[in-house]
Amino acid sequence: MSLKRPAKEQPESFEFNSSSLDTANKIIAKYPKGKQQSAVMALLYIAQRQNNNWIPLAAMKYIAKILDMPYIKVYEVATFYSMYNLSPVGKYFVQVCTTTPCMIRGANKLVEACKEKISENESELSQDKSCSWIEVECLGACVNAPMMQINDEYYEDLNKEKTLEILDKILKGDIPKPGSYRGRVNNEPENNRKTLMELKNA
Amino acid sequence: MLKDKDRIFQNLYNDLGSDIISAQKRGDWVNTKEIISKGRDWIINEVKESQLRGRGGAGFPTGLKWSFAPKEVGSRPHYLVINADESEPGTCKDRDILRFEPHKLIEGCLIASYAVQAHVCYIYIRGEYFVDGQKLQAAIDDAYEKKLIGKNASGTGWDLDIYIHYGAGAYICGEETALLESIEGNKGQPRLKPPFPALIGLYGCPTIINNVETIAVVPTILRRGGKWFASLGREKNTGTKIFCISGNVNSPCNVEEEMNIPLKELIEAHAGGVVGGWDNLQAVIPGGSSMPLIPKEKCETLTMDFDSLAAEKSGLGTAGVVVINKDQDIIKCMARIARFYKHESCGQCTPCREGSGWMWRMLERMAKGEASKDEIEMLGDVTKQIEGHTICAFGEGSSWPVQGLLRHFKDEIKKRNKFDPIVKENKNIPYLVDQHLLDKNA
Repeated sequence: MSLKRPAKEQPESFEFNSSSLDTANKIIAKYPKGKQQSAVMALLYIAQRQNNNWIPLAAMKYIAKILDMPYIKVYEVATFYSMYNLSPVGKYFVQVCTTTPCMIRGANKLVEACKEKISENESELSQDKSCSWIEVECLGACVNAPMMQINDEYYEDLNKEKTLEILDKILKGDIPKPGSYRGRVNNEPENNRKTLMELKNA
Repeated sequence: MLKDKDRIFQNLYNDLGSDIISAQKRGDWVNTKEIISKGRDWIINEVKESQLRGRGGAGFPTGLKWSFAPKEVGSRPHYLVINADESEPGTCKDRDILRFEPHKLIEGCLIASYAVQAHVCYIYIRGEYFVDGQKLQAAIDDAYEKKLIGKNASGTGWDLDIYIHYGAGAYICGEETALLESIEGNKGQPRLKPPFPALIGLYGCPTIINNVETIAVVPTILRRGGKWFASLGREKNTGTKIFCISGNVNSPCNVEEEMNIPLKELIEAHAGGVVGGWDNLQAVIPGGSSMPLIPKEKCETLTMDFDSLAAEKSGLGTAGVVVINKDQDIIKCMARIARFYKHESCGQCTPCREGSGWMWRMLERMAKGEASKDEIEMLGDVTKQIEGHTICAFGEGSSWPVQGLLRHFKDEIKKRNKFDPIVKENKNIPYLVDQHLLDKNA
């Protein structure tokens, strides 16, 4: 289990804006009547999106009220799952996968690049406060290793130079092109494809 | 090598487009109504005859699982839940199904829902696959628009709603009961079994939980017949499987192949060989990180299916093949896997919560050569005390890779960790050590 602490400085109050509320209501409708608690994970995501990538305690209280459940249960969910950020992470949140399949293909080079460009330590905001990075466990793109995730998008088949380029871009405020950085559009064996050739050449 | 016409996932590499029209051209949704009109028993029997085993890791026979659902719907509705919480290191097959073959999955959901009498299907996608989940959502929206699902789905008279539920980065939610807890809006901590989810599952109602790949192959099995599927592979290990080959290979890839394919063929023919040549191979993790590794000597003749890998004290798991060559430090690799399990343990059962961290710390020291000799035995002991003493299979998943390391690379660990804490040598400092306790020859 990983340790997560809420940020020291918390906003006084939190409320969904109208578009968030709209999405939230649509999500609550997916679950049977009386089981609205199921929507808590989705609502926490909405709060996180609305509040610059992190969830303040006020938002948890607000969600508890909407879903008619105890605040402590929302808190429990928010602290259990690793994708909820309980303290500010910056507009661009870089997650580098360092689990074994990525590790043996050089994920530590990506970590080095993050240390050089963003901040010396994990979960520390960059100088302009726009960006932070962490090491995470397997992101499920092992054949595209090493890879990292920035906000929602995957950046695959990286090496140190390409990571530095990507990080330079986000520090300037651009959004780099997601996907493979060796030009793959899928997970076929590069230059070695032996299956479904007729479809490829069609 | 499997013939192209026998490959189920024709669009695995997205040559044809994943939209609904291209999917229909490939044969999805063509005669769904006809299949469903043959009835529940026919569908379940056909799946049983195909000997399809669950593709999520445990390899439980799918037809049998479906037949556990109550025959009559009582006061509680039935649910179908699809497990797309793919987080096992080394595995990335479901992602390609979600983004390139979504209609195979959706059609499979309809057929499976009909077979187990569910009107609602939840697809639990890991939160990190947000973009791929959006692609699936778009495909679901298309299917609703064409009336393939929804009220009177595909004209079969069966109503089906499919909803996506995003996870939030917890590996343990891939365990079926933890997944149900997570959908219910709780922490993802597994439940005790029994009662099994087929009788008491989501919201206390009968629930069938299947992996994405299992459900996605069902429509093709029913179209081409269970016999066709059973003719591939070998007895009890039939059909095709998407293998993910990652790690130190020249071209890491996903490839759909027949069950029982030799591991060497998989690596040499499809993945372009080991980096540095076959002789540079050190070990292979055959089925995702929780399966014990297999050293090079055995890789020569190994075939990839559930039973032949179980015979090697490993397992097919999710078929995520991680190739490790001799340039890597095998102890460090396993220490990193142990760290993964330490991070992902849900904290419910003490042996797993404490033991996973314990194994990680010991392995880290062993990788550096700082552990003492007897700690090697102690590590084996710790794994034995986790295995079988936890609510869910996470205990096995975290201790098996360490056991695999100890089974095949004990000499390597011993060579590196020679430190012996017990003073045996006579240092000629008589007042510190009782002389009569010392070995005379030492």
